[in-house]
Amino acid sequence: MMTMTESDNEIHDSQDEIHTLEPDVILDVRGLKTSFYTYEGVVKALDGVSVQLKKGQTLAFVGETGCGKSVTAKSIMRLVDSPGVIEAGEVVFRDRTLDKEEVISDLLKLSEDEMRHIRGNRIAIVFQDPATYPNPVFRVGDQIAEVISLHQNLAEEALVMKIDRLEETLAENPQAPNAEEIKEKISEYKSQLDDPPPPTDDDKKKVAKKKAVEMLKMVRMPSPEEIANQYPHELSGGMRQRALIAMSLSCNPQILICDEATTALDVTVQAQVLNLLNELKADFDSSIIIITHDLGVVAETCTHVAVMYAGVVVEYASTDELFSDPVHPYTSGLLRAIPKLTEKVDRLLQIKGMVPNLITPPTGCRFHPRCEFATSICSEQRPPREEVKPGHLVECFHPQGSVKGRR
Amino acid sequence: MKWSTMRLRDYVIRRIFLSIPVIIGVLAITFVLAYVVGNPLALYVDERTTPDAYAAIRLEHGLDEPIYVQFFLYLRNLFAGDWGYSNTARMDVIPTIQRYFPATIELAIVSMIIAVVIGIPLGIISATKKDKLTDHVTRVIALAGVSMPIFWFALMLKYLFYFQFFMWGLPFLPEGGRYSFIYVDYTPITNFVLLDAVLTLNGVLFFDALIHFVMPAMCLGYIFLAIITRMMRSSMLEVLKEDYITLARSKGLTERVVIYRHALRNAMIPTVTVIGLAFGGLITGAVLTETIFSWPGLGRWAVAAILTSDIPSINAFTILVAIIFVSANLIVDLIYATLDPRIRYG
Ligand SMILES: Nc1ncnc2c1ncn2[C@@H]1O[C@H](COP(=O)(O)OP(=O)(O)OP(=O)(O)O)[C@@H](O)[C@H]1O
Ligand code: SF4
Ligand SMILES: [Mg+2]
Repeated sequence: MMTMTESDNEIHDSQDEIHTLEPDVILDVRGLKTSFYTYEGVVKALDGVSVQLKKGQTLAFVGETGCGKSVTAKSIMRLVDSPGVIEAGEVVFRDRTLDKEEVISDLLKLSEDEMRHIRGNRIAIVFQDPATYPNPVFRVGDQIAEVISLHQNLAEEALVMKIDRLEETLAENPQAPNAEEIKEKISEYKSQLDDPPPPTDDDKKKVAKKKAVEMLKMVRMPSPEEIANQYPHELSGGMRQRALIAMSLSCNPQILICDEATTALDVTVQAQVLNLLNELKADFDSSIIIITHDLGVVAETCTHVAVMYAGVVVEYASTDELFSDPVHPYTSGLLRAIPKLTEKVDRLLQIKGMVPNLITPPTGCRFHPRCEFATSICSEQRPPREEVKPGHLVECFHPQGSVKGRR
Repeated sequence: MKWSTMRLRDYVIRRIFLSIPVIIGVLAITFVLAYVVGNPLALYVDERTTPDAYAAIRLEHGLDEPIYVQFFLYLRNLFAGDWGYSNTARMDVIPTIQRYFPATIELAIVSMIIAVVIGIPLGIISATKKDKLTDHVTRVIALAGVSMPIFWFALMLKYLFYFQFFMWGLPFLPEGGRYSFIYVDYTPITNFVLLDAVLTLNGVLFFDALIHFVMPAMCLGYIFLAIITRMMRSSMLEVLKEDYITLARSKGLTERVVIYRHALRNAMIPTVTVIGLAFGGLITGAVLTETIFSWPGLGRWAVAAILTSDIPSINAFTILVAIIFVSANLIVDLIYATLDPRIRYG
């Protein structure tokens, strides 16, 4: 049985509750349950999702459609709309503040105001569909600038901008009658640099817009100044996706969640965007969660994988480990379903059966109706989470692969 | 920046040119009504005209010319300001319009302002408090507004605020008219009472006129308030489901900013259409309201004209309503284009 190594860095959060995190873990999702109260019944979309994200990792969520990947992402951000309700669980997050202090808190217990400070700032998300996610009536640059000016103080940047502008005027016309005044003003501003006064709204907007253009430049948007002044419908899908990525990265988030951020793109653009994400991860010292159907993407870009089935993370391991030694029957089925160029098969292998109805999910292990290794216990009890090898977690009574037959 | 304002200007110009054919079409219809379907001679004769004079009249007004020439003569007269003589008003059509039109437009504008100023926030609140008490109350109010006949509502208002309040010895609202001509001195300048009161800095007139506005504007405004509220509610609910709202929330914006900055502008787009169409409808709705509240507007004149087949007056009313519809649509399209960048680039 896997037990959490309770570490020493216990820090009290705002609710005076003690949350513990292993060192290096920046996000620990524990037993997350989310349901949707629909007219047909209660859709138990997440049934105790547990997963950890360490600093610097790129974690992939994989699984068939409807298994709860997006709901997990939205639950972490507390963005599940009604009729969805997060019913149980903890989302423990290690927040690095500006002065390098660390605050550990359960996101599900924060007040709405505290949560807003996290959203877009500490944890940002890029959604699946670049066509419907930007607001059609606002300029791209303004939409990026909005999140920048929301979460950043920008006092210093505003002051620097003012100094730059004055120096420019001075350089253009050094003999100006008010040159002395300008010089005085510059030195006054410079003396304030250590403790800049709060910027006016107007200055803040200008600085934010400038930073938005810089963000667009960073995601390699062609002609970023022009794009910033355009509306989403004037951009191609790939450009829109880049704009959304720029938006989500603009506050230097500690965690970036990409919910099928590249699915809508063609293969070459997809590769570009993924490489970009990994580069930016290094630049910004963040961690990434990638939600995808594409195991090729996973193999190339992710360090760890969480396999989801019907609202449960059934297997979690490093990418190499998971691909070389899949232990959960569902995972091996999923891996077998990828066509290999080297093998000639008559028909693509599929996992037999259908994704279960989550209003009346199967009892015990939710995979048992489709599982070839199922025994009677599988339909009676929920399999516990077990660490079969170091760092390799699985929820299954009869794990396969190299640990087959151990119990 | 510059580039997109230019796009907006081009769009405006294009849109104005597009409304010209509509106006010409309406003019053609009014022409057909007067000169082709009916006997145009009737426009120029009265009981005292002797049959001997008919030929001279035909010659004078070009009634023997081919139809298309007559149409151009008709247009020439319209543009020269000769809209004929109104038998119902017992004077020329143009001064009749100048007298009655401001009363109608003023009533329509005041009603529309009431409907928009109350209806839009009500729709927003109803949508954001969906299925709560506020929403249910708002929906009942709106449903009553769209299903109630305007004349019935007008009579009920009048019964309560004029008759019953009077009986109870309460301060009651005036029964009709635009101002108390017995107590208040008023020499029309523009014929817009409120505007004239402001221009002449006449506070007494202003408040007197305002009191006279209460019932007719409430009556006319309520129906449009109901339409606007319902439209605003449903488009707001639609927009709140959109992905860009989730995106706005994922940025960490407050719910207020999400609704009033990100959702409102998108939700206004269909609502503006309805407001524009409703404004055209207001003029027609004014006919009933004006009759009940003795409002000296176009409506009463039009009703009288229709009852006595006063063709020049009917034509004038038709053309005016058409112009109002076209302008309302034009304004809607312009607001549209400022709200939604996709339109001005389309
Ligand atoms: N608003 C909702 N109302 C009812 N059920 C919902 C709602 N949103 C999600 N669900 C249910 O939650 C489950 C998980 O959905 P989710 O969107 O997380 O799937 P996913 O893994 O992201 O799939 P995909 O790969 O297709 O994006 C599904 O069974 C779905 O029916
Ligand atoms: S617990 Fe049983 S049913 Fe579930 S995956 Fe393992 S073997 Fe199959
Ligand atoms: Mg999804």
